[in-house]
Amino acid sequence: MQYLLVGTRKGAWIYTSAGQRRDWQVDGPHYLGSIINHFVLDPRDQKTMLMATTAGHLGPTILVSTDFGKHWVESTRPPAFPKVDDPDNARSVDHSFWLCPGHPDEPNVWWVGTSPPGVFRSEDGGMTWTSFAGWNENPMYDKWCPKEETPDGELLNQIVIASDDANHMYICTSSGGVFETTDRGENWSPLNKGVEANFMPNTYPEYGQDAHQIGVHPGNPNRLYQQNHCGIYRLDRPDDTWVRIGENMPEGIGDIGFSVVLHPDNEDMAWVFPMDGSDVWPRTSPGGKPAVYLTRDAGDSWRRQDKGFPKEQAWFTVKRQAFVGDTSQPLGLFLGTTSGEIWSSTDEGDNWQQIACHLPEIYSLNVVTVQ
Amino acid sequence: MKVLIPSQLQSYTEGVSEVSANGSTLAEVLDDLDQQFPGIRFRAVDEQDRIRQHIRMFVSGKIATSINVALNDADEVHIIGALSGG
Repeated sequence: MQYLLVGTRKGAWIYTSAGQRRDWQVDGPHYLGSIINHFVLDPRDQKTMLMATTAGHLGPTILVSTDFGKHWVESTRPPAFPKVDDPDNARSVDHSFWLCPGHPDEPNVWWVGTSPPGVFRSEDGGMTWTSFAGWNENPMYDKWCPKEETPDGELLNQIVIASDDANHMYICTSSGGVFETTDRGENWSPLNKGVEANFMPNTYPEYGQDAHQIGVHPGNPNRLYQQNHCGIYRLDRPDDTWVRIGENMPEGIGDIGFSVVLHPDNEDMAWVFPMDGSDVWPRTSPGGKPAVYLTRDAGDSWRRQDKGFPKEQAWFTVKRQAFVGDTSQPLGLFLGTTSGEIWSSTDEGDNWQQIACHLPEIYSLNVVTVQ
Repeated sequence: MKVLIPSQLQSYTEGVSEVSANGSTLAEVLDDLDQQFPGIRFRAVDEQDRIRQHIRMFVSGKIATSINVALNDADEVHIIGALSGG
C-alpha cells in the first residue's frame, strides 16, 4: 500500500493506492481550515503520522496519529522557545515547518525546524518537544539567523540526518544557508562555500545564503545536492566546496527552483522542477510550460521530462516540500502545485498524469510505501 | 467567572462556547482553562506570554493587551478570533 500525505494551506488529505500507483482513494479533509505545513508518515514504524499545523488565528502545534490518521492527538508540549525576560530576544514559534523522523537507531526521536529558525527535538514520538540548545542558543545564532522579513518569515526549512551516522546532521535556513554538525547538534558550522548569494553585497559569503532544499544520498551520504535560491549545486564530501551544476541546465530555463529529488539507488540521478527566476521572480513554470529536469550524470547534463503536462499556459508553482519521490521500481515522482493539483509519474519522470485537482494550495507531499 | 470561547478554540471545549474558570488575573484564568482543556492556552498565548496576533481578549468589555491584567469575580472574559486572512 502506498500512502501519499498531502498538507495544504487549508487542511490535510491522505491518498492511498493499493496497486500500480494509478488508482488512488482519498481520505479527507483532516483539520479543514488549518494550515498544514508538513505531514509525514514515519518510515521506521510505518504507521505514525505527524502534522505540523497552525491556523489563521491560533498558534502552532503538532498533531500525532498512530493509526494511519484515523485518530489524532495534540502534542502536550508543542515546540516553544524558552521564556526570557528581554523582549528584544523573546522568540516565539510562529509555525513548525519541517518534520524529520530521527535516525533509524532512535525509533521515537523526531526533529522539527521552525520559523523563526529553531530546532526542537522529541524523544516520545512527537508528544513533547524540547528546545534544542545546540542551535537555538548557539553563540552565532544572531549572525546565522538575522531577523529579516522574508515573505513567509525566516525559516529553518530542512533537517537531514546522514543515513550512516545519527550524529551527522545538516540543516537549511532561508537566511543563513546550510549548516552541518557531526556531534548530533552540539556544534554547528556553515557549509556554503561556492554557493552564490546574489542578493548580498558579498555574493559568496561564509553564510547568508538561502538554501531551499538539499538532498543527502541515502546510499552514499558523501553525495549532496542542493536547490538553492541561486542555483543547483552538488557537493562530494570530504570536499567542502559546492559545484554549480545548474549551469548545465538549458539556456532559457535556468536553475531556480525549490526542490531536488534524489534517486535512492543511483547517486548520479536527481530531479528538479525549475521555476522562472527572471526579473521580478514569478516562480512559475518557465514560459508556462511545466517540466521536470533529470540528470543521470550528477548534474553534468539535464534532460527535460514534460510528457503529460500541459503544453502551454500552465503556470505551476511547486513549493519546496511538494516534490517528492518514492522507493518503488521504477521510481515514482509526485508534485503538488499551489493551485491544488497533484501530478505523478510512475516511470521516473518519463510520463506524468494528474491524480488530484481542486485542492487548496499544496504545501507538502510525503509518500511512503507500507509493506 | 464566565469565559466565552471562540469557534476557533471550541475543539478544546467539546464545542461549548461558554465555560467557567477561576483566577485573580487573566493569566491565572488561562492557566485554569488549560487545566480543564489541555492545549487551549498555547493556541491563544505564545511562550513569551504574549496574546497571539489574531486573538483578542476582553475583560468585561475592555480589551486586554497583557495577560497580567487583574480580574475580580464579577468580570467576564471574552476570547475572540480576530480578523485573519482569507
